[in-house]
Amino acid sequence: MSSIVILTIFVLSVFIGFEVVSKVSTTLHTPLMSGANAIHGIILFGAIMVADKSTTTLTTSLSIAAIVLATINMVGGFVVTDRMLEMFKGKGGKK
Amino acid sequence: MNSNLYALLGLVVAVSFIMALKGLSAPKTARRGNLIGAAGATLATVIVFFEPGAEHHNTLLIILAIAFGVIVGVPAARKVQMTQMPQLVALFNGVGGGAAALVSIVEYLTHSDENTAAVIATVFTVVVGSISFSGSVITFLKLQEIMTTRPVVFPGGRFVIAATLVGVLGTSVWVVQSGGNTPLLVMGLLSLAFGVLFVLPVGGADVPIVISLLNAFTGLTVAAGGYVLDSTLLIVAGTLVGASGTILTRLMAAAMGRSLFGTLFGAFTAKPQEISAAGEARSVKSSSPDDVAILLNYAQRVVIVPGFGLAVAQAQHTVRELADILAEKGIDVAYGIHPVAGRMPGHMNVLLAEANVPYEQLVEMEEVNPTFPQTDVVLVVGANDVVNPAAKTTPGCPIYGMPILDVAQAGNVIFLKRSMRPGFAGIENELLYDPKTSLLFGDAKDSLTKVVNALKAL
Repeated sequence: MSSIVILTIFVLSVFIGFEVVSKVSTTLHTPLMSGANAIHGIILFGAIMVADKSTTTLTTSLSIAAIVLATINMVGGFVVTDRMLEMFKGKGGKK
Repeated sequence: MNSNLYALLGLVVAVSFIMALKGLSAPKTARRGNLIGAAGATLATVIVFFEPGAEHHNTLLIILAIAFGVIVGVPAARKVQMTQMPQLVALFNGVGGGAAALVSIVEYLTHSDENTAAVIATVFTVVVGSISFSGSVITFLKLQEIMTTRPVVFPGGRFVIAATLVGVLGTSVWVVQSGGNTPLLVMGLLSLAFGVLFVLPVGGADVPIVISLLNAFTGLTVAAGGYVLDSTLLIVAGTLVGASGTILTRLMAAAMGRSLFGTLFGAFTAKPQEISAAGEARSVKSSSPDDVAILLNYAQRVVIVPGFGLAVAQAQHTVRELADILAEKGIDVAYGIHPVAGRMPGHMNVLLAEANVPYEQLVEMEEVNPTFPQTDVVLVVGANDVVNPAAKTTPGCPIYGMPILDVAQAGNVIFLKRSMRPGFAGIENELLYDPKTSLLFGDAKDSLTKVVNALKAL
């Protein structure tokens, strides 16, 4: 991919990120943090990519370690965010 | 898989992440948004096996590693108590940063012929990912109170940190110029050390800002990793997190009335806290649960200000019970939420939501402050620093300049406290000695239960 395309994607993503997050209600700042946290767990995608092409013991061990860490980050992040958001109920939604 | 289809599915994943963040603009849509994000992440994990250039080495090992990660991550996420949420977020953030650094290292070891731009991106990922990893671990240890929550400062600390930073930058240049594995290893280790040194001097009250900052760091690390691996998805997702973490960090620094720089490096410049000897001699007005119940019973408007003490005592359910009884008596009840009450942004909201408090009752600082003059009773449950007038009156104290909840404007202030011990920031609170203040000593949950019983008996 050419650097200018990557730069374009990066800059547009910064703006989308700022735009979307500045609308997040302050009540939800904790879930925002854990949700964003889960999203960067997508490094799992990259970890699998490198593990898939790894042929030496060193790189395989390192990339497998990366997969374990990234999975904990991603799966744990989404589960805990869901648990939190489930609790937020309005007056109508009281148990 | 066809490379166009593969790229298209990657786009679907990126959009699902944007929708996950967008959902958080209102509690109603938030949960659905998060589920969309999770579905996107699952899709990404499946399609990566069908990457057009895939070589299908280690497939079984990869699946086992994912299974192991799930076995560790899911129970941790399910069992954690809401009070311990900041630690868990810090830990998840750290492992994410560590994973990103490892991915870049592997890519670097495999392709020694990368161009300079890719090597710079690798260096960035390894440095920032390692800092994020070790910094998050220290943050976790502080929050879990395995180590002291006070700033850890040692003689010459400033120079050690500066030297480590120079070392990190120096080895970075070394890696870019000469390549090779030794420079990369040295750089990684120095970055880990820097992460530790940079979080150690941060005081307990500032830890939430650090978690948020490290979260932004990990996001940017993932974006740089995306550049190294030529993956648009990682660039978009990482940048989104980097942007959100940056905004949140700025909001929090503003909520504490200090600059980001002051938060991170404050411990080196602040003078040691003077401990007032007069404090012990002064008298406070202590109160009984019955007195508090009577006071509440004849109030028209009550504001409850929760702090971390509420979380420690697990008193959120009892607080709600009290609020419900007051509401039944026709008393106007609201919760005044300081943005940095607790130990991460919005921590109190999550705790109260856990106790089924409707989110309409959770009122932000800017909205609740003008209502204090019309408020008869403020019940401060386990909070201290966020209502401490020293933030306005005492220049030079660690929280000076932090916007506070103006509870002193209300008719009566009742503090529920375990002891006269100062709050997380370690500062004496003048408000405790104010004539309109009374204190109800004891565990917050016990005290509240007694007040609830007394109210029922009235």
